[in-house]
Amino acid sequence: MDIKFMHAEATDAEKSAVDAVLGAPDSGWDGGDHSRADDRIARLGHDARSRRDELLPALHGLQDRIGWISEGGLNYICRRLTIPPAEAYGVATFYALLSVQERPPIVVHVCDDTACRAAGVMEIIEDLESIAGASGNADGDSMWLTSPCLGQCDKGSAAFIQSAGAPNRVIAPSPATDIVSALAGEIPSTAPSLGAPQAGSAGLQLLRRVGVVDPWDLEDYRFHGGYAALRMAVHMGPAAVLREIKDAEVRGRGGAAFPAGIKWQGAASHPSRTKYIVCNADESETGTFKDRVLMEGDPYAVIEAMTIAGYAVGAEKGYLYIRGEYPVAEELLANAITKARAKGLLGSDVLGSGFAFDVEIRRGAGAYICGEETALFNSIEGYRGEPRSKPPFPTDVGLFGEPTVVNNVETLANVPLILMGGGPGFAASGTGGSNGTKLFCLAGAVEKPGVYEVPFGTTIRELLDLAGGVRGELHAILVGGAAGRFLPISRLDTPLTFEHLRDIKGTLGSGAIMVFNTEADMGAAVRRVAAFFRDESCGQCVPCRVGTVRQEEALARMEAGSDERAVLDDLAMVLRDASICGLGQLAAEAVQSAFELGVLES
Amino acid sequence: MTTFDTTTWTRIEPPARKVKVSIDGEDVIVTEGATVLDACRQAGVDTPTLCYGDTLTPVNACRVCVVEVEGSRALVPACSREAEGGMEISTDSNRVRKSRQLVLELLGSSVNLKLAGMKHWMDRYDADAGRFGPPGEPAGAGERDQAQPGHHHDVDGATAATVTEPPRIDNALYMRDYAKCILCYKCVEACGEDAQNTFAIAVAGRGFEARISTEFAVELPDSACVFCGNCIGVCPTGALMPMTEWTMRQAGTWNEEEQTITRTVCSFCGVGCNLELHVQDNKVVKATSPEDHSVTSGHLCIKGRFGWEHIQSVDD
Repeated sequence: MDIKFMHAEATDAEKSAVDAVLGAPDSGWDGGDHSRADDRIARLGHDARSRRDELLPALHGLQDRIGWISEGGLNYICRRLTIPPAEAYGVATFYALLSVQERPPIVVHVCDDTACRAAGVMEIIEDLESIAGASGNADGDSMWLTSPCLGQCDKGSAAFIQSAGAPNRVIAPSPATDIVSALAGEIPSTAPSLGAPQAGSAGLQLLRRVGVVDPWDLEDYRFHGGYAALRMAVHMGPAAVLREIKDAEVRGRGGAAFPAGIKWQGAASHPSRTKYIVCNADESETGTFKDRVLMEGDPYAVIEAMTIAGYAVGAEKGYLYIRGEYPVAEELLANAITKARAKGLLGSDVLGSGFAFDVEIRRGAGAYICGEETALFNSIEGYRGEPRSKPPFPTDVGLFGEPTVVNNVETLANVPLILMGGGPGFAASGTGGSNGTKLFCLAGAVEKPGVYEVPFGTTIRELLDLAGGVRGELHAILVGGAAGRFLPISRLDTPLTFEHLRDIKGTLGSGAIMVFNTEADMGAAVRRVAAFFRDESCGQCVPCRVGTVRQEEALARMEAGSDERAVLDDLAMVLRDASICGLGQLAAEAVQSAFELGVLES
Repeated sequence: MTTFDTTTWTRIEPPARKVKVSIDGEDVIVTEGATVLDACRQAGVDTPTLCYGDTLTPVNACRVCVVEVEGSRALVPACSREAEGGMEISTDSNRVRKSRQLVLELLGSSVNLKLAGMKHWMDRYDADAGRFGPPGEPAGAGERDQAQPGHHHDVDGATAATVTEPPRIDNALYMRDYAKCILCYKCVEACGEDAQNTFAIAVAGRGFEARISTEFAVELPDSACVFCGNCIGVCPTGALMPMTEWTMRQAGTWNEEEQTITRTVCSFCGVGCNLELHVQDNKVVKATSPEDHSVTSGHLCIKGRFGWEHIQSVDD
């Protein structure tokens, strides 16, 4: 491929930011200085193109260090990786956390999403507007922007800070005064609290080590039972591990509830020699923060579970795709990988068994759609995060075209538990259709918001009691995040299982439970959900690209008194029936359920 | 020594397997690997398509060809789904009709479909592109290039947002009118891996602000564009157009019914690309290549597509 690059040159700072990610260039062929030796040998073709997947990390390198991606900077990345500039530009303009326009070195993203609204974040935003001016005002050395859910919903408010040349940070809760300090460059170094009120209680499974072990320390993890499951797996052999997972009948906890054992079996029995394990840690569903709690509280468990999956399936490489707004979790996981590698728990000879496995972290850049498994593959591979059509399914044609197992963080966290307790034992612990325990994210108008672990079959009422009860008078509950549905208040005694919720036209989704009291502005909440889908649609297919826009417009007209039910129903139908992926297919669910249940009527 | 007369040899292919599907209750037997769209066409079922092109990899983005397949939760795109034995396909069920209607309404309300040839489908499905309200204000020149992904702008719903913007004219050979762009990805594919391997354009931005763009939206002469015009050849909506056609359309002199098409061979080099010269008033007004031509598959180079004006230059 004979690529025409741009003429713009990168500054030395930009080059060094990119080289810090990609390593120094080898020759003039990959962006280095041209030497006479380059005239005698060409290094292009497959060698160069095989580095395409380093595009997003390189873009992050520029964004993190320089604060934006200039023409020269992008051109340099394109030369380094042999990528046509138009394609790299298409990728860079896909992500909310990347900017191809010059902007101030400090950018603060302030959550104004549904869960924080239910907790009253709009007051903070009004304060902020009066002190710091409107969002998006790029004058001066800093600016602030509104942001979709940042996964800190238990705090009721949150801000994510991008600061050129400094690590990204999160402040949560984020009172207006703290945001203003951050805009002035005073960035707090303390991380927000974990958000697991049950931490340390007896009887926990998934959360048993959260808040108990030192998340940095491998030895402490092992002292608390860590890596016993991997040792056991290696002792049992891959086929036996696979059998335990299948016997456990564990369903995926990412939202789709697909049986994990079937995925593992599909990839394991595929004849291809190269296979991948992908941990989907792009937790961007509104109101969901359970995966963050797991990763921040028990990071080694995620790595151990991925290693076990790799062993069972026959994969040598795992990718952990984590959303860009989780810098603390990313740092902890990177530490866990380094330490595990040093102790032979990852690498060319895991536990001396001859099995090779390693994990690489890939950071998202602000795109909800990249939590869709095939969009996630495209994002890792260095393409725009647009979903692929299925079939073929990931277990046949996944990451880099190879059979791939994609599991959510919480699903993986169940794996060591299953091995230690045995698959049949795990299966017996549930309700038949839903086995094991489940993490629920309680946010909004509850007294003690946070992640709660309960056995499947617990009712919503019990869960609300666990979270200290509703703050104010209960008005509505949104289960499953933006892609979920409102549930009738009369259904508080419905057991929370995949099958019970399906029976009442609901969904467990990601396990987000947003609680609204009578003070909440439900019209605004529903419009925020519609806006969320409009902003997060990748734009690939017509029903979602235009349908989400029309849905938001129709809701606005409705608020002004017009009857738009026929339009909204039609939009819901085409979104559900004709969209490529789950984002579009579920983009009208919350809105539709709000009408069906009359939650907009006060 | 035995000699073989290889000229009489026949190449033996493995027998093509057949699969049987049912389309609207009628059994259709197609070759394995055929798509649902192939099966529909074989069965004589007319199916609307926009983003599908015979010579391109299907991207199934427009969703106008969706059909209902028994056992599938959502509708499936006919253009890309492989026909499997036993599939029961409905092409005219209520769900299919409703989805096609809505897709056409959504497109019609946001994009100028005047030249997309969708009129009879709009009529057939009773699609009313005006039901979402009057069209919103057009964007200014270059405004859509500045859109930031994920940045929200509140709407009041009084008007329906569109992708309308001024036409982009930055060279003498062809123009881009993205107010007509349905984002079918065809031009990107033709510019890239499916034909030209130039990669001058890609989809940039996200969601409703997604658009076809060069790097940093530079003008075509500054981009990697080699002006082969293969993007024009595949554009289904007239968003990309040779300047000759655009100029005549603006002047109101473009008259397709008056045009004759003469098939000839391009004389620039020895490859043998077939050309179709579109002639109006005894003047060539446009050159294309037939899609079914074995050499070009409808694609040309800058010389074949644009290098014909000399044949009608008049010596003063």
